[in-house]
Formats: sequence, structure tokens, C-alpha cells
Amino acid sequence: MSEMIEIEGVTKAFGGIVANDNITLDVPEGRITGLIGPNGSGKTTLFNSIVGYHPIDSGSVRFEGKEISKLRVPGIARLGLLRTFQQTRIYSKMDCVHNMLISVSHRHEGVRDMFSKYSPEVTERAEALLEYVGLYQKRRLISGDLSFGQQKLLEFAMALMNEPRVLLLDEPTAGINPTLINGLIDRLKRANQEMGVTLFVIEHNMPVIMNLAEHIYCLANGRLLAEGPPEKIQKDQRVIDAYLGGHSLELH
Amino acid sequence: MKFSQAQVAGYAAVLAFGIAGPFLFPAYTIQLSVLWIMILFALTWDTMGGQMGYNSLGNILFFGAGMYICAIVQIAWAYDVAAYTSHAGAVKIDYTPEQYFSSLGAGLVAAGVGSVVFALIFGRIVFGLRGPYFAIGTLGVALAAGELVGTWDYVGGGGGITVPFYPGEATAGSTFFYFLCFPLAVASFIFLKWLYSTRFGLAINAIRDDEEKAEAMGIHTLRYKVLAWTTSAFFLGISGGIFGNIVGFIEPLEVAFPTVTFGIFMVVMSLLGGKGTLWGPVLGATVFHLIKETTWTYMLGWQWVALGALIIIIVIFFQQGILGWAQEKWPEKFGIVVDEDTSAEDSRREAAE
Amino acid sequence: MNNLMILVQAPVINVQLLLDGFFIGAIFALAAYGLALVWGVMNVKNLCQGDFVIMGGYIAWWLSTMGIHPFWGLPVAMVVMFGFGWFIYRIIIRRVVGRDMFTSLLATFGLAIVLQQLLNLAFGPEVQTAESGFEVRSILGGMVTVADIKFIAFVLTVVIAGIVVTFMRYSRMGQAIRATAQDARAAKVMGIDTERVYAFTYALNAAICGAAGVLISMIWVIQPFFGMAYSIRAFVIVTAAGLGNLPGVIAAALGLGFAEQFGGFILGAEFQQAIVVGALVLVLIVRQVQQGRRRQAVV
Repeated sequence: MSEMIEIEGVTKAFGGIVANDNITLDVPEGRITGLIGPNGSGKTTLFNSIVGYHPIDSGSVRFEGKEISKLRVPGIARLGLLRTFQQTRIYSKMDCVHNMLISVSHRHEGVRDMFSKYSPEVTERAEALLEYVGLYQKRRLISGDLSFGQQKLLEFAMALMNEPRVLLLDEPTAGINPTLINGLIDRLKRANQEMGVTLFVIEHNMPVIMNLAEHIYCLANGRLLAEGPPEKIQKDQRVIDAYLGGHSLELH
Repeated sequence: MKFSQAQVAGYAAVLAFGIAGPFLFPAYTIQLSVLWIMILFALTWDTMGGQMGYNSLGNILFFGAGMYICAIVQIAWAYDVAAYTSHAGAVKIDYTPEQYFSSLGAGLVAAGVGSVVFALIFGRIVFGLRGPYFAIGTLGVALAAGELVGTWDYVGGGGGITVPFYPGEATAGSTFFYFLCFPLAVASFIFLKWLYSTRFGLAINAIRDDEEKAEAMGIHTLRYKVLAWTTSAFFLGISGGIFGNIVGFIEPLEVAFPTVTFGIFMVVMSLLGGKGTLWGPVLGATVFHLIKETTWTYMLGWQWVALGALIIIIVIFFQQGILGWAQEKWPEKFGIVVDEDTSAEDSRREAAE
Repeated sequence: MNNLMILVQAPVINVQLLLDGFFIGAIFALAAYGLALVWGVMNVKNLCQGDFVIMGGYIAWWLSTMGIHPFWGLPVAMVVMFGFGWFIYRIIIRRVVGRDMFTSLLATFGLAIVLQQLLNLAFGPEVQTAESGFEVRSILGGMVTVADIKFIAFVLTVVIAGIVVTFMRYSRMGQAIRATAQDARAAKVMGIDTERVYAFTYALNAAICGAAGVLISMIWVIQPFFGMAYSIRAFVIVTAAGLGNLPGVIAAALGLGFAEQFGGFILGAEFQQAIVVGALVLVLIVRQVQQGRRRQAVV
């Protein structure tokens, strides 16, 4: 089994604050990997470091064996490494279908493609994915008019439209109606199993991430604190202390 | 392409007006030519500002560049440019109609091509800037061009340059140039209409809505940005070449690179009509030009004050423009789907849990 | 390039250019400081900065035409421009604070056009200088001339700058301004009336510009349409130095002053405007390269 993403000794500081301190971890191909940790532990910074949003101070980031720490965001995205945003970012003045259409992979885009119209197949795939996340009825609405939860689903669908190799999801269930969370987890699992997308997920919702991930990394204060399968992480005293300062992590 | 009856009627009316205009109002031929150029200004600005979210204050750069390139080619066709400009009018250009039209044709082509080249070169420089830095940066480039050309003696320096005269009567000349302006404006409209219907249109809209997201999704943003500017540059350059010939005498800061006047009109017209739409800039340019032509002569020096005030008012109170306002009032007529049963209710449901 | 040879052959002229650049650069620094203030506190890029400067200049000139020495223009212009700035804030600026960048940029640009044209209607397009009646003395064997007024203006610039900086540091309003610049929401929670702070900041900026304008009118020339050039100069300096970097602003302003003097001498007076704008383009390119290394765009 190969590693999709290999992070070795990655360090990133902002001014005096070391957000990521010598982090080493792997995201195996075809699996779902989790990233947890209290607020401010450096999770989103790590995502940003991986996708090239800022340069790292030291260390290496390899994607499918290739060193990407010197590449820029669009280039890395075109290699098939996508991320979603904590605040959920979509193209708010365009309707849902158009959001989907422009999210196709631009990996092999030549000059002719820039001026082409969208083929029926692409439009069909876009609508199918919208159906997959339950937004088909809303497909002609301006995406900025959707509710927050719906925008999150749209962002997820857009990511799938891009046919990524690996998807970095930043708190995919935050702000979503609890009754809809199970549906989302289900879709994430199906995307992983049926579409073969490797997932690397930041989550605060413990039941969700324990259900979803096969292997979990826990960050605290910028450092890698612990790692392991969900059963082991749940019981890890260091993780419990980091989150709740002594109270147990009761999971229902 | 399918068109509704209303659309066909609309296009036909515009075309009819365009063709008949100079014959119905012969005294206003030049103003009508300028109207078409203004429409072109607004359309090409809107590609950058309205569709792509890059508010350029320096598009006039290409207008002036095209103007000078065309003039140089026209003169160089049979004369030595340096000798012509250094004698400040003592050398008279005497062209046969054949020479005139061939030099003009070559000049206009060169104007378009030259502007495209400038866009490609400056684009790489200017598109690392965003937001206000982009606006001020483009303003700076346009101002610099005007100032520098004014020091370049080869093209007449601050004194300017005179283009060859039209071989015929003045009225015939005006009509001739009108029938260059009008089709050019129409061509730019048709081109942009097609362009916005392709992936290019979606890409630049994505850049406008969230450029970082577009980058994070792998879109070649720099490519699209530079190409968008290039399309604007092409049409602006040719229009500059035509306008230089209408005016006859090209002065660097007043005629070729009027950054603070026409350069800003572009922005105001698009905003007024409704940026980000195809007809918005057309509408805004028409309204603006009409108001300007009818009221300015009566304003006795206050017209520029009024213009500045108009900019402030539009930018603060009416930024969506005429079409934007109409779209908000009657969204269905514009094909925008509004589902009452959406966001508000879902958000309430989500918040309640 | 002949002029370049002259500089090499007669080094004394360098001194002249340096001095002139120094004196004028100091005044640029004043205007740039004001711009940085408004930018840092309200995030408004005030494109009519230069027009405030020119307005101050006309106040001094107008006084001089009435027989009053333009020095009195300093307190008069500062008071008048303060009030004017407050007025402009209340009717226009407060509606663009907090909105997107383009709105505030275009709104102040429209304002610049209005001010320029009003000045043109009021005073005509000829260049003016406020006569201050001071001597021009020559030093270094007659090769370098120093107009006393330039030196006096420089001293006054330092005095005004000192007053403003002291005010910002020690007065309550000054502290309120700095608090609001750091975090407007927190300032509001602490009971600071941010609206008043914004109005005061904008008015203070206008006053600073007015003072700069008075000095400019005495040592150089003013004209209704010179405002844009000053706005650009201020913008160049602030972009080069960065917000909140007072020593940087001073250094960049002096640098610009030198560049203009030397450039004007070497290339010719008609290049003066081109140098200002060229500096802008250059600064933006350099900034892009810098930000590019941090993988960020210049935003």
C-alpha cells in the first residue's frame, strides 16, 4: 500500500508562533485518515502547508512520491490534491450547475478547451453529482442564496467533480444540521469506496471522526501528539487531556 | 443559438438604428461614432471589472497605444515618421485614396495586434496585483504611458502628431469612420457574447467570485486573466486607431491617454448600466453619452464637477446599476431562479436544531 | 545623458539635488503619513490625498494675495482643512468605510475629480506660488543655492510631524485612534466611539495634508491638477514602506524626493511626472516579487 501524501518534519511559524512543529505523518492511498486536535493546534495550518497556500519553513511534503513543497496552489490542485475550506468557499454569484461545470479538472486544459462549451456528458455528470449530495432541486439557484449547510454540500460536490486523487476536508460537518450529518458521513464513505478518493479529514465532531476514519492523528500545540486507530485514540490519555484538560471523552 | 422574439426585435432595432443613424442625423455623425466607441469602452471594461472582478483603471492604455501605432503605420506607409514629426507640420502628407485606405487598414490591424502584444507583456506584470493595487497599478501604467509618449520626439512628443487627411470631403470622412466604429462595437458585442458562453466566461466569473477558490480548484487563473485583458486590448486598440483618425490630431495626454476622463468613463458607464451583464455596459454607455452630450454644453465648466459627483453617487448608492436594479426587482425575466422555499427556511430549520 | 556626465564631473551639483530632494521629500513624508493613518485606521485608500494638499496650498496662496504672510496659512489651513475633512467624512467617507476596496477607491477618486475641478473654477489653471519673501543664499562657492524658505519649511515639517506623533502617542484621542486601528471591534467594546475616531482621523489627515500644502506652495508651485501626482507619491511611499513603519515612510519619502530631483535633472524636466508614476509601477512590481516569495498575491 502506497502513501498518497507523506509529510516529513514540516515546520511552519508565523512570527513568533510555531503553528506546525516538526510534523511527520502519512496519508495512505485509498483510505480515510483523520486529523484532530483542540483549537489552535495547527490543523488548518497543516492543510495550508500541504496545498501550497504558504511556503513551509522546513521539511518535505510528497504527493504520490513527488515533492510538492515548492509548488503553488493551482499546480498542486491540478495534480489531484484538493481541499475544502473551513468557511466553505463557492462561487457565490453563479448558479449551482455552473459552479460544478467550472470545477472540472483543469489538468489537461489546452487553449482550445478554454473556449469550448460544456459537453452534455459533463453537464450530466455535474447534475448527477448534485443529485448525489441532494442539491438537484436547487441546481439552478444562485449558490450564494443557498443555506450554509447546502453550500457545504455544494463545495463537496464541486470537489468530487474535479476527480481528485485525494481530498483534504476541513471540518466537513461543522454547521450542518445534526440530522443530516449521518447522510454526509455516508456520502463521504461512498466517495472513498466507490470513487476511490483518498480522504484526509479535520474534524471536531468526535463521533463523526471515530466513525469515519481508519487512522487518526492528533495535534496539540503544533506538534503531533498521538496517532492510531480510533479505538486507541479514544482511550489515549494524552488526547483526552489535550482536549478537555482531565475530563474523559465520553462518546455516545 | 436560439433567440426569443423579443430578443430578435431588440437586436434588429439596434442594428437598424446603427445603420440609419448617420443618415437620419447627419449633423451628429461624429457624436454617434463616439457613442459606439463608448459602448465598446464599457463592454471591454466590463470584461475585466464586471465579469472578472479586476477593476482596471488603466484600460485607456490600449486605446492610446492603438491610436499611436495606427498613426505611425499610416505615416510610415510612404513617409519618414521622424522627419514628419520633427518638422511639426511642414511636411504634408499627400496620399492617393488607394494609399490612404491601405495605410489605414494596415494601421488598424497593427493597432489591434500591437495592443495585444502590450497586454501580454504588461499582463504578466500587472496580474500579480489584486484589488486596489491592481486598480492603482493599471492607473499608473496608463498615466506613465501618456507621460512617456509625451517625451518621445519620434512621435511628436508633447506636441502630438497629425494623421493623414481623409481623401474626400469632411462629411464623407465622418460617415466612413462611423461605419468603422459601429461594426467594431457590434463585433465586440458578438465576440463577448460568444466568449461568455464558453468555459472562459465561467472561469473569469469564478475568478471574480473567489479567486483563491479558483486557484485551489486548479484553474489556470493567470492564463485567463491575461487573455481577458488581451481581448479588451484588441478592441480598444483598433478603436483608438479609428478615433485618432476622426479627431485628426493626436495629443498624448488629451486625446490618446485621457486617463482621468475617458479612462474613468469606462468604469462609470459599466457601473451605471449594470456590470457583469452584456447589455448593462451598452445601456450605461448610451445613457451616459446622451446625458453628457445634452447637458455638458450648458454646464459652463461645472460638467467635470458633476461627473465627479456622479461617480461618487453611483459608487455609493447605485453600484448595481440599472440592470442590476432591474434584476433584483424582476429576477424571473432575466432567467434567474429564485426559490422562495429555500435558504431562509432551511437556515431557520438548521438554526433551530 | 549629457546631464549625467555633468553630475559626475561637477559633484557639487549632486549636493544641490540632494538638498532639494531632502527638503521636498520631507513634505512628501507628511502627506504619506496622513495616507497611512487613514489607510491603517479605516482601510480607506484616500485617492484625494493630493487634492487636500493642493487645497492647503491655495489657502496659503490666497492669504498671500491679501497681504497676509503665508506662514499664517499653516494654522489657518490646518483648522480649515480639519473642518473640511470632518465634513467630507460625514457626507461621503463614512458610507464607504467597511465596504469593498473598489468602492472606497472610486469614491475618493470621484472626490478628487470634484475637488480638482472646483479648485480650477475658483483659482484658474495657472501655477501659483505663495510668496514668502525669503532670501536665496548660495553656499559652497556659489554652486549650490539654498532658498532659506526651503530650510524653514523643512524645520516646520519636522515640528508639525513631531506634534502629530506626540499627539498620537500621548493624547486620549491618539490612543483611541491607535486602538481602533488595531481592532475596531474590540475598541468599540471598550467604549470607544469608533465613528468619532474615524471622523477625527480623516479630519486630522486633511489637516496634515493642508499643512503640507502650505509648505509646498511656498517652496514650489501649486496648480489645481497637481493633486493626483501627490496622491500617487503618497501611495508610492506607503506601499514601499508598509503601514505602521514611520522610519520607513521617512526613508521612502526622502528617497522619492531624491529620485525626482536627480531624475528630473538627468532626463529633463518633462520627465518629472513620468518619474512619479514610474516609481509607482516599480514599487508595485517589487512588492509583487516580495509577496511572490511568500506565495501570496499583492492584495
